[in-house]
Amino acid sequence: MLNILPQVLVDGLTLGFMYAVVALGYTMVYGILEFINFAHGEIFMVGAFVGTEVLLISDSLGALEGMNPFVALFLTLIIAMVLTGALGVGIERIAYRPLRGAPRLVPLISAIGVSFLLQDLVRFTEALARNEFYLNSPTLFTGSISLGSIASIPTKGLIVIVIAIVMMIALTLFVNKTKWGIAMRAVAQDQSTASLMTINVDKVIMLTFLIGSSLGGATGVLFAQNYGTIDPYIGFILGLKAFTAAVLGGIGNLRGAMVGGVLLGLLESLSGAFMGPLTNGAFGAEYKDVFAFSILILVLLFKPEGLFGEAVKEKV
Amino acid sequence: MANLAWKTFKGIPLALTLVWIAVFAAALHFMDKSVIAFLGILSSIVLVYYTNTSKTIKLVIGAAVLLVIIPLVAGENRYYMEVASQVGIYVAMALGLNIVVGFAGLLDLGYVAFFAAGAYAYAIFSTSQANEFIAGNLFPLSGEWFWPFLIVGLIVAAIFGILLGLPVLRVKGDYLAIVTLGFGEIIRIIFNNLDKPINITNGPQGITPIPSPELFGIKMGTPFFFYFIVLFVIAFIVLANIRFEHSRLGRAWIAVREDELAAQSMGISLLNAKLAAFATGASFAGVVGVIFAAKQTFIDPTSFTLMESIGILVMVILGGSGSIPGVVLGAAFVTILQVQLLKEFSNFLHSLQQSGIINLPNQLDPSKFQRLVFGIMLILVALYRPNGLIPAKRKKSDLDAIKESEFSKQKLGILGKLSQLASGKQS
Amino acid sequence: MKKLSHISILSAVLATSVALTGCAGTSNSSGGSNTSGGGQQSTDQSSASGGGATDGGVIKIATQTPLSGNQSSLGDAIKTGAEYALNLRKEEFKKLGFDIQLFPQDDQADPKIGVSNAEMLISNPDVYGVVGHLNSGVAIPSSVKYEEGNLVMVSPANTAVKLTEEGKKTVHRICARDDAQGPKAAMYAKNTLGVKTAFIIHDKTAYGQGLSDQVKLQFEKDGVQILGYEGITQGEKDYSAVLNQVTAKNPDIIFFGGLYPEGGILVKQAREKGYKGYFMGGDGLDSSDMIKIAGDAVEGVVFTSVAGDVTQTEEGKKWAEEYKKATNKPLETYSVYGFDSMNVILNGVMEAIKANGGKKPTREQVLEAVHKTKDFQGQFTKVTFDEKGDNVNADVFIYKYDKDKSTFVGKAE
Repeated sequence: MLNILPQVLVDGLTLGFMYAVVALGYTMVYGILEFINFAHGEIFMVGAFVGTEVLLISDSLGALEGMNPFVALFLTLIIAMVLTGALGVGIERIAYRPLRGAPRLVPLISAIGVSFLLQDLVRFTEALARNEFYLNSPTLFTGSISLGSIASIPTKGLIVIVIAIVMMIALTLFVNKTKWGIAMRAVAQDQSTASLMTINVDKVIMLTFLIGSSLGGATGVLFAQNYGTIDPYIGFILGLKAFTAAVLGGIGNLRGAMVGGVLLGLLESLSGAFMGPLTNGAFGAEYKDVFAFSILILVLLFKPEGLFGEAVKEKV
Repeated sequence: MANLAWKTFKGIPLALTLVWIAVFAAALHFMDKSVIAFLGILSSIVLVYYTNTSKTIKLVIGAAVLLVIIPLVAGENRYYMEVASQVGIYVAMALGLNIVVGFAGLLDLGYVAFFAAGAYAYAIFSTSQANEFIAGNLFPLSGEWFWPFLIVGLIVAAIFGILLGLPVLRVKGDYLAIVTLGFGEIIRIIFNNLDKPINITNGPQGITPIPSPELFGIKMGTPFFFYFIVLFVIAFIVLANIRFEHSRLGRAWIAVREDELAAQSMGISLLNAKLAAFATGASFAGVVGVIFAAKQTFIDPTSFTLMESIGILVMVILGGSGSIPGVVLGAAFVTILQVQLLKEFSNFLHSLQQSGIINLPNQLDPSKFQRLVFGIMLILVALYRPNGLIPAKRKKSDLDAIKESEFSKQKLGILGKLSQLASGKQS
Repeated sequence: MKKLSHISILSAVLATSVALTGCAGTSNSSGGSNTSGGGQQSTDQSSASGGGATDGGVIKIATQTPLSGNQSSLGDAIKTGAEYALNLRKEEFKKLGFDIQLFPQDDQADPKIGVSNAEMLISNPDVYGVVGHLNSGVAIPSSVKYEEGNLVMVSPANTAVKLTEEGKKTVHRICARDDAQGPKAAMYAKNTLGVKTAFIIHDKTAYGQGLSDQVKLQFEKDGVQILGYEGITQGEKDYSAVLNQVTAKNPDIIFFGGLYPEGGILVKQAREKGYKGYFMGGDGLDSSDMIKIAGDAVEGVVFTSVAGDVTQTEEGKKWAEEYKKATNKPLETYSVYGFDSMNVILNGVMEAIKANGGKKPTREQVLEAVHKTKDFQGQFTKVTFDEKGDNVNADVFIYKYDKDKSTFVGKAE
């Protein structure tokens, strides 16, 4: 049974890195606004659709013919990131900004509304344009790299992992080394003091949404590439898991989101593959979410601020 | 400008409210299929709330509308009574969640788990399902057991609430949200899988046929009866809400909601207060779950998804978290929107389409618009009524009294009083 | 002054809404009698008839399927099929003086919505029948209400055994039950494909698990070794966790109880992992979208279905072309089920009208006529209802996917 372990780990990592990048979007917004951006999963979904549409349209125009798949993927990613980034900023401007200062849970309602709206808008657009709302992405990468006889990594999975890592490194550098990144951290720490330090808080929040959303959109493209099929409802489940991952790592903490995502992906993959055989069928793969959530609850019980979160001392 | 007008607005004259009720009752009676008349009657409750008259008269008119007028003019139409009892079920649940979210400020995203606990408690024992794991052919129970099971559902859900609350309530804020969400999902998945190794919930196949309530041999299976059962339960829950709001426990909840640390230093036991909120809210959901199971006659885990929890939370926040009339209105608004208004709207568009007035492509079929419209409504309400439809009122006079008290004028503040008392005692 | 303006606005609102009650109200309808209609109905009639005499009144046939949410493409297929059938026979009913209309409802795959829709349908006297549902979990509680309202229901897609076992006289279905489909699928796998080991996956729904349980029973009876029995979560896109178990055990066949969105992904991901054996499923895999989702991996996928092949005959091919032209949608098996279910109901209505001397019949008469349906040759299935409302002619057929279409293999014995 252990002979499938490498394969299970690879699958878990692929899924986990996708969780991780989406979790970054949740955690960035939460770090700055203390607000669960429920629509983030839907932005991921829009990214998947934009990317797939770009590939489908350029395919039908014959533009993909002879193009290096890496170039094609890169261009698709850029287009999807720009559009979803703009979408995120637009949503913030219309649905969230007027609600700053409102009771804490009200933006959540607005976000749930945005989430429903985006799901059905995408569905209607696709239904009108293509007569169905399932899309199948053209695969740019086929083939796989085999590691001897123990496991084979599909190229696309590897690409997902590599791009996710690149994005995470880029984000970390941005947040730690650039002026804007420092401004972001300042706003996250204390909005009013930051604004006294001549930081334009509105702009920083816009930037946060821009970056978070474009990362989500990019993950959407990767998701469509890796699994091939997308529908307007993929954002809900994935968003939920990514948010769980963000909390697991310590919400508001970038490193936490990354580790939490990867960990959650691995947990799901491991429990899905081994729970059934280990318990002799009594608890099958359908308990994998139970397992993942139980781990989350356990972690929070012993470390209520998440794996990497800093325990905030309460001040009187 | 509009705000100013709103502030000077004292209330609707009593006569107008009465005319409204009379007109719509008559309209519904004579044109028995008019949806607008039905909604007019339902919305008259809101009118009554805003009427410029004494509390007693409002109460009497409200009770008359709910108990006499609606059953009289709409009782024959099963669909209206179905809508009304579904509204009631959600109102009751939202009021239960209001205790957890509105009063104690605990963001609970797994509330539907308690609802499921109540529903399954009745469903399992009132059908032959219980024979699967309890020896002796004791089941199914008859519909008369519905009434004791209202209490059983309450207790089972309260126990669930305490069992979940004990570990969960150590985490705070949005962490609590995700932990309760996790628990809600865990319970749903477990219910969906408990058909093996021992068949307790029958898994995804669900449990059927759940008997309707019976009383003195009368079978109460139609929406007409459920309307009254639900009303009764709502009355009970509203009463409990009001009693709690101003009780010692209720004030402790509000203190915990506003500032845990301060509450703790005033001698409130955080864990006890939170657990009490969790258990109370859960127990109400349990009662409603029993009614739901009896009304549906069939339950399966798909009725207890995360979307359901989110929906109830939306009702509470939309109506005005912590405000009892607000939560009632919020729940009624969302439920009517979902089960009636959007449906009527799509039926209306469809009839226009069939008669050729408008022509929509099949992909834009009006019956598919429901969630989209719901989403837009949510955003609009959040933007324009951020404190909820009827915001919670804090007793202003309390604060004023404190400000005006002679102790607050002294520099020592409350310490002055204490030292006075201390010195008084000594002398 | 301010107060006054409020009052005037309120009274204006009041006045308009009172006025509206007279002419709006979308579910306005005649209060039971045949000719005296509300305002809404008379406009319906005048615009729909366009000259023909439709003095008999409006007859509405409802569909109840998910039209929004992620199962909406299946629900929409049923609705579209039913709508097409109804539109084809509009003239026929107009000659008798009746205006037949489709009354599509969205049950959102949610039992609560289904039940409240059912209450609405039974309290609307113009509604004479229901084509629905897609999900057995919605059909079972809703049918309790239909039973109370004597409203006949003909299900195009519910295969759960329980549905017709509860003795409701209004419940009918034209498709085969899980306890017919499951064993036949298992026997085909054993006898024709010659499998010795099997891995069963289901989607943890009433349909998927119900079918899988039946298959499992038959496999156990026939001595096929079950290597695993696992559930997956509907709506996910990554099933590698379960499939890793499958590849480790390398069974001769994967049987999947569930619908094509998951089935398509499963087979694709299984092939990517190097699985070489058979992949089989029930009628839930029968959709043109299956090919799109699974891509090349769809080749060789076997599934059972309760409908014969549409394009086997010249006539069927022609019908399929017409259907596509009229509805601008690809032909799905579920649209065929919807089409046949609608025709079964319309036949019943027609019979009842005739029996009632050309007047608008009662629901009981329609129910009786539908229940008596015997040897009705639908577009694909032959329909004869037994006492429980099951279709005795519901056969199980075997299909196999080629690269770009499904081909008919034969009847499963």
